[in-house]
Amino acid sequence: MFYILAAMILIFSVLTVTSRKILRAAVYLLFVLISTAAIYFMLEYTFLAAVQLTVYAGGIVVLIIFSVLLTSHISEKAIMADVKQSLLSALAVGAGAILTLLTILKFTFIPSSAPAQPSKVADVGNALISYGRDGFALPFEVISVLLLAALIGAIIVARKEKDGIVLNKK
Amino acid sequence: MVDYSYTLLIPLIPFVFFLLIGLTGHKMKPIVSGLIGTIGLGIVAILSYVTAIRYFFTDHVAGTGFKSLKALEVTWLHLTDKLTINLGILLDPISVMMLVVITTVSLMVHIYSIGYMKGERGYHRFFAFLSLFSFSMLGLVLATNIFQMYMFWELVGVSSFLLIGFYYEKPSAVAASKKAFIVTRFADLGFLIGILMLSFNTGTFDFQILTSSTGPAILHAGGAAFMGLSVLTWSLIFIFMGGAGKSAMFPLHIWLPDAMEGPTPVSALIHAATMVVAGVYLVARLFPVYALGAPDALTVVAWVGGFSSLFAAIIACTQTDIKRVLAYSTMSQIGYMMLALGVSGYGGHDGLGFMASNFHLFTHAMFKALLFLGAGAVIHAVHSNDMTDMGSLRKYLPITHLTFLIACITIAGVPPFSGFFSKDEIMVAAWHHNKILFGIEFLVAGLTAFYMFRLYYSIFWGKQTHYHHKPHEAPFVMTIPLMILAFGAMFAGFLPFHALVTSDGLPFEAHIDWSIAIPSVLVGLVGIAIATIMYMKVSVIPDNVAHAFGKTYRWAYRKFYMDEVYLFVTKKIIFKLISDPVAWFDRHIVDGFMNLIARVVEKTSYLIKGLQSGRLQQYGFVFVTGAIALVLLFVYLW
Amino acid sequence: MTGTIPLQYFLIISTLMFFIGIYGFLTRKNLITMLMSIELILNSVNINFVAFNRYLYPQNLQGHFFTLIIIAIAAAEAAVAIAIIINIYRNFRSIDVDRVDEMKF
Repeated sequence: MFYILAAMILIFSVLTVTSRKILRAAVYLLFVLISTAAIYFMLEYTFLAAVQLTVYAGGIVVLIIFSVLLTSHISEKAIMADVKQSLLSALAVGAGAILTLLTILKFTFIPSSAPAQPSKVADVGNALISYGRDGFALPFEVISVLLLAALIGAIIVARKEKDGIVLNKK
Repeated sequence: MVDYSYTLLIPLIPFVFFLLIGLTGHKMKPIVSGLIGTIGLGIVAILSYVTAIRYFFTDHVAGTGFKSLKALEVTWLHLTDKLTINLGILLDPISVMMLVVITTVSLMVHIYSIGYMKGERGYHRFFAFLSLFSFSMLGLVLATNIFQMYMFWELVGVSSFLLIGFYYEKPSAVAASKKAFIVTRFADLGFLIGILMLSFNTGTFDFQILTSSTGPAILHAGGAAFMGLSVLTWSLIFIFMGGAGKSAMFPLHIWLPDAMEGPTPVSALIHAATMVVAGVYLVARLFPVYALGAPDALTVVAWVGGFSSLFAAIIACTQTDIKRVLAYSTMSQIGYMMLALGVSGYGGHDGLGFMASNFHLFTHAMFKALLFLGAGAVIHAVHSNDMTDMGSLRKYLPITHLTFLIACITIAGVPPFSGFFSKDEIMVAAWHHNKILFGIEFLVAGLTAFYMFRLYYSIFWGKQTHYHHKPHEAPFVMTIPLMILAFGAMFAGFLPFHALVTSDGLPFEAHIDWSIAIPSVLVGLVGIAIATIMYMKVSVIPDNVAHAFGKTYRWAYRKFYMDEVYLFVTKKIIFKLISDPVAWFDRHIVDGFMNLIARVVEKTSYLIKGLQSGRLQQYGFVFVTGAIALVLLFVYLW
Repeated sequence: MTGTIPLQYFLIISTLMFFIGIYGFLTRKNLITMLMSIELILNSVNINFVAFNRYLYPQNLQGHFFTLIIIAIAAAEAAVAIAIIINIYRNFRSIDVDRVDEMKF
């Protein structure tokens, strides 16, 4: 099971970055995200997987597709980078990958044999608002502030030019 | 010890007045600045006379010699434990005598200039510079150590530069002042080298220590060090080079005739009576070292002096500009003084030359200043410098005529005027030392009488010139100094110099040696007679004589082409071979190096500029690569 | 699950995904496809956190929550980025990344 998922993730992510048509790339991204959610399911983090599907796959990908539609022709072929740029990037990336893999594989991780903490929704909800030892109230608050800021920021930035208010210099 | 510390005022007052007149003179009426300057000098003159009387007469214990004493001294620069540069005031026979000379002549020139410079633009500037010069010269003669003397030496050079170039809008005056400064500066290079050599070997700058017979200079006169002459001799020769430049000795004389571009009072003060004798004073100041430690240097001094006096006398016979004649005459007379020092020994009657030199310096200051001021009066009346424009002026300028005649008789060495006494002593000293030098001086005496009276007759007798406007006698303020100086020229000969100013401070007996005096007077009279025949009336004799001498005459008229030689050497040799390559080096290599650095920086910045391309993906690439490199570095290679 | 699949496999997956995402960021010309590559990167990091949490510290849930936070941040960031892209499109009439190089020397 895992291997199928792993293969899916890798193939689809490669396709995302190399596909010529934008919309196809978006769809491939969607598949990658769904596979990731499946991995979470596999690791028994059900709530996380659900959130992933809802927010990431449902929200962000839809957002991307909307913006694609807003800014370019659907079937427009994307220009790919020239050979020199691709080669150099591939080189850098390859080097990085090899470096990281070497580092990771050399280190021996000792899996812990403690019993797994269940991640039922009720427990997650409790943890989110508790401020005791295993409480995540603070990150929760922080993230809500961030969402607010992002909300306001996105609205301001994407506003259409009104009479009298100059948003950008042409 | 008697207190002479008031002598600090003597150089200080002119300095203060220089600042005063220089800074505020343009605000007052011109004549006020002139009067202020004159009053200042008057005070200084009175102080000098008081000092002289006290030093030589009232404070002097009979029977002992005159000692040099330091009125004041302060340490100025502390170089090492043993070597310091001080500033102070030294009083001894020659410095006190020079005080009298300088202040008297300067005062006369001040009074004269009130009238002479009337109406000139820059009137107050003139008096300011005169005060500056007086300060510098007084500081020079009162110096306690050779370095202080050098400082004031340079200051005197600066004052001379400023005064020669007084008419700064005239290109010839500017060129002359530059020439004077450069030539004397070049000579001062030798002076400085001499100072350094001397002080390095003796460990002191101080005159009292240098000239003491038990001091390091004379005691360690040193064996032969270089080309057969000791280090001491070489250092004294270099020092003499500096003195030769200031005193216009051959071959550093070229600036003196050109210096006549300055106003006539300047010529009288600086280039006749005071600055040009600074070289003589320098040798006189270091005389014990010269005489006891390095007699070979004295030989150089004597021959340079003798040759210069002959050289100048020959040229003076041919010149037509009256100031030029007087300039060459000055050079010739200073040659006399140098020669007198050169033939002198030390101590008692051997020091006759020393005494004679200082005596001649004293009398020469009087009559040469008188001649120049008289020439100034003539120029003022006729508005021309050239003797061919003049003639029969005795009717129009009676006082000038009389004083000028007195000066000419004095310089010719006719008794009982002062010139006879001083020249005679020099002749005696030369006779006892070196007959050839005596012969040269004998000939020069005759030539001197000849060209001076040539000058006199051409101005005051000779042809009947028609003048555009009737020449008028100089105003009273200009004739008073003439009369005072004439008085001095006539009677200064009776001063008992042999009792006052001698080589070792002790008086000695000096009589007039008639076996030498009579021939020298006769040769002077012969010169006068020849001049009378040739110039008293208009005649063709001068032209015939000139033709007879032919090429010699032409060479003499052209000052023996010395200026052309100098120009050739500087332009063709020094400029071309040294200056041009150095200039090329400076322009291309030194500047080029700087330009190269700038260009390299520019190119490098241009290359680095490319990193800020604005392209997002390039930034990302650099970021990733950099991160990988850092990880590699710190995790694996550290 | 923890017994059969070693931790390293997860890490390999996430590493590869990470670097594929970087490659996409450096190579793609369209701004939106660059954004998609960034999402890939963030996702890879998420997998990493979750794997570590599961294998090394199963009794805590910190990795889990961190991932949750990252998802929220990614959403917010994508929204702002899209807003900017739309603005750029309005001004430059194109969303080619080579065209937005005004901030250069």
